[in-house]
Amino acid sequence: MSLPWLILLTPLLSAAFIAFLTQSQRNISAYISVAACSISFLGACLLFHTPNGAQFAEYRWLDIIPQFSISIGFTVDTLSKAMLFIVTGIGLLIHVYSLGYMDDDDGKSRYFAGLSLFMFSMIGIVFANNFVMMFLFWELVGVSSYILIGHWFNKPAPPAAANKAFITNRIGDFGFMLGILMLWVSTGSVYFSDLKAAVPSLVQNPAFLATSTLLVFCGAVGKSAQFPLHVWLPDAMEGPTPVSALIHAATMVAAGVYMLSRVFILVSASPAAQSVIAFIGITTAVGAALIATQQNDIKRILAYSTLSQLGYMVCAVGMAADQAAMYHLFTHAFFKALLFLGSGAVIYGTHHEQDIWKMGGLKNRLPSTFLTFLVGTLALTGCPGLAGFFSKDAIITAASHGHPVICALALGTAFLTSFYMFRLMVVVFWGHTRSEHARDGHQPPPVMTIPLMILAVPSLIAGYHWFAGSFLQLPAGESLNIGVMGLSIFVFLAGAGLAWFIYTGKDSDPIVIPLLANRFYIDQFYQTLIAWTQDLASSLTATFDRWILDGAIVRGISGVAWVTGFVLRFLQLGNLQAYAFLFGAGSVVLIYYFLFSK
Amino acid sequence: MSLNDCLLVSGLLFSIGFAGVLLRRNIIIIFMCLEMMLNAANLSLVAFSRFRVQDGLPNYNGQMLVFFIITVAAAEVAVGLAVIVALYRARQTTHVEDISSLKF
Repeated sequence: MSLPWLILLTPLLSAAFIAFLTQSQRNISAYISVAACSISFLGACLLFHTPNGAQFAEYRWLDIIPQFSISIGFTVDTLSKAMLFIVTGIGLLIHVYSLGYMDDDDGKSRYFAGLSLFMFSMIGIVFANNFVMMFLFWELVGVSSYILIGHWFNKPAPPAAANKAFITNRIGDFGFMLGILMLWVSTGSVYFSDLKAAVPSLVQNPAFLATSTLLVFCGAVGKSAQFPLHVWLPDAMEGPTPVSALIHAATMVAAGVYMLSRVFILVSASPAAQSVIAFIGITTAVGAALIATQQNDIKRILAYSTLSQLGYMVCAVGMAADQAAMYHLFTHAFFKALLFLGSGAVIYGTHHEQDIWKMGGLKNRLPSTFLTFLVGTLALTGCPGLAGFFSKDAIITAASHGHPVICALALGTAFLTSFYMFRLMVVVFWGHTRSEHARDGHQPPPVMTIPLMILAVPSLIAGYHWFAGSFLQLPAGESLNIGVMGLSIFVFLAGAGLAWFIYTGKDSDPIVIPLLANRFYIDQFYQTLIAWTQDLASSLTATFDRWILDGAIVRGISGVAWVTGFVLRFLQLGNLQAYAFLFGAGSVVLIYYFLFSK
Repeated sequence: MSLNDCLLVSGLLFSIGFAGVLLRRNIIIIFMCLEMMLNAANLSLVAFSRFRVQDGLPNYNGQMLVFFIITVAAAEVAVGLAVIVALYRARQTTHVEDISSLKF
């Protein structure tokens, strides 16, 4: 068995093993899952020695007709190797962290089986060499995400959030499927390697190309939670925090951006699709950052921050800067996983308190968490010298070449990012403690703090070219644009300073903007829209059922029989001689008809 | 005497019987009228037999059928009279106007 197969199948075996054999042995299940993830991570590291474009044995999965044969195959190139490193590396740290976080959870076996299933699916997406295989694993990450969001299914909110995530993703995935079908119909192939040859003929019909590209982009809108399908991601924070870190911050939500980079040859051939993608990306970036400034749940702030950063990446793809997008994906995965794990440590240390206004002053009680969280915050907000600074600048620099509006909005988002992250920092870690839970806050066990410290290292250095460049192809020589750099340092300082100025020493939020606190009322709008549509549809079907099916058909048939019987029973006179007369008359009529009417 | 004369008599007999069935009220009379209708049929069968001569012999098929009808009529009389007796015992009447419960 070759290396990619080993990397792909080990987590699946682990999930199956836990599900069928060690369901009741919680600790054994956990260690099996961690071991499987370690094997995949080691395999991913070894894979760096494999040359790009190496061929591996494929499993021919479907051979329906010659034009439609699907295999489970592998793409091994810079992109997939880097992504695989992120997925398995961060995955391994989060597996280890989960040992501590989920230590006394009753569903530990189920949780780790879910994590292993997720690793399998995500590795499948990364390796996919054709659209159908990608779609298959795309759905599998959706399923594992569903399972893990709804892990605490006894409470009301997690199953609802799991349903919301799954259903919202279905909308995007439907578009994705249509896009795949359109491309297959026009090019006759679903393999990524055939796309390049097909582009010249596709360009002949720009409308078709733009439509199919945007339909494929729909998949990314759902999975990467872009506006208008972003509503599921904040709710997905109902799942366990390590899951939020792994699936809903570092890897799965980045799958949309990864997929767009994979099919970038299509995106780059269609300027119309590019502008839509850039528009949606920057809308999400700005909108989510605005919402994040008014949230009070520590995980929701981070979730909106994730949305905003994903918006940056999608926008970069839309500006034909796919390398910048992958650069930001790479650095973002580290520091956002770090931030989520840090928030998990805070939540764990304060007895599952998530409201930032009930925390405060935690920097002395959770010193190592505070330090690593600070590193993550600085990396995210673009403090010079840390990871996010370089990759965000790459995107802003790309925007500064001919996209002035996007450039301005991206800088504005960077300001907001700095503002809401330092709001979080100041409220949670400085000031005085505001609740009992925070007062006896305690340091989490080493199994949780060590992954934080490990993740802090790439959050510090992942942006440098000597680090990121050994994994990725970086945008060539543009990161040292002095003007952009100066502006982005200015907005970083402005946001941080403003947050410090406003929030130091406050016990409740001094600024209340209902529009932002209620997330632009988008959830309420969808609620109303869906309720309205459902009411309309149900009243239509009810009318059809009541009047057409029940009234016309069922009651109609029985009514005809009843009326016929009612009329005919007047012939039952009860008079013997009348019967005899009718019988005789009938005989006469019949005889006349048969003998004389001809 | 021709076939038509015989069929005319038979038809008259049948009509009288049928008129009796329709018009008379006493169920026993009606019963007798039914017998008369059967005998009208017998008469026409015998007439057909008599006037369908082949090789100097009448066609005996008609006459054979008459015997069947007489037999069936005898059985019918047995059953019918039994029904009438049972009916009389139940309702104390032999008039058809009084026996009209089989209706809506």
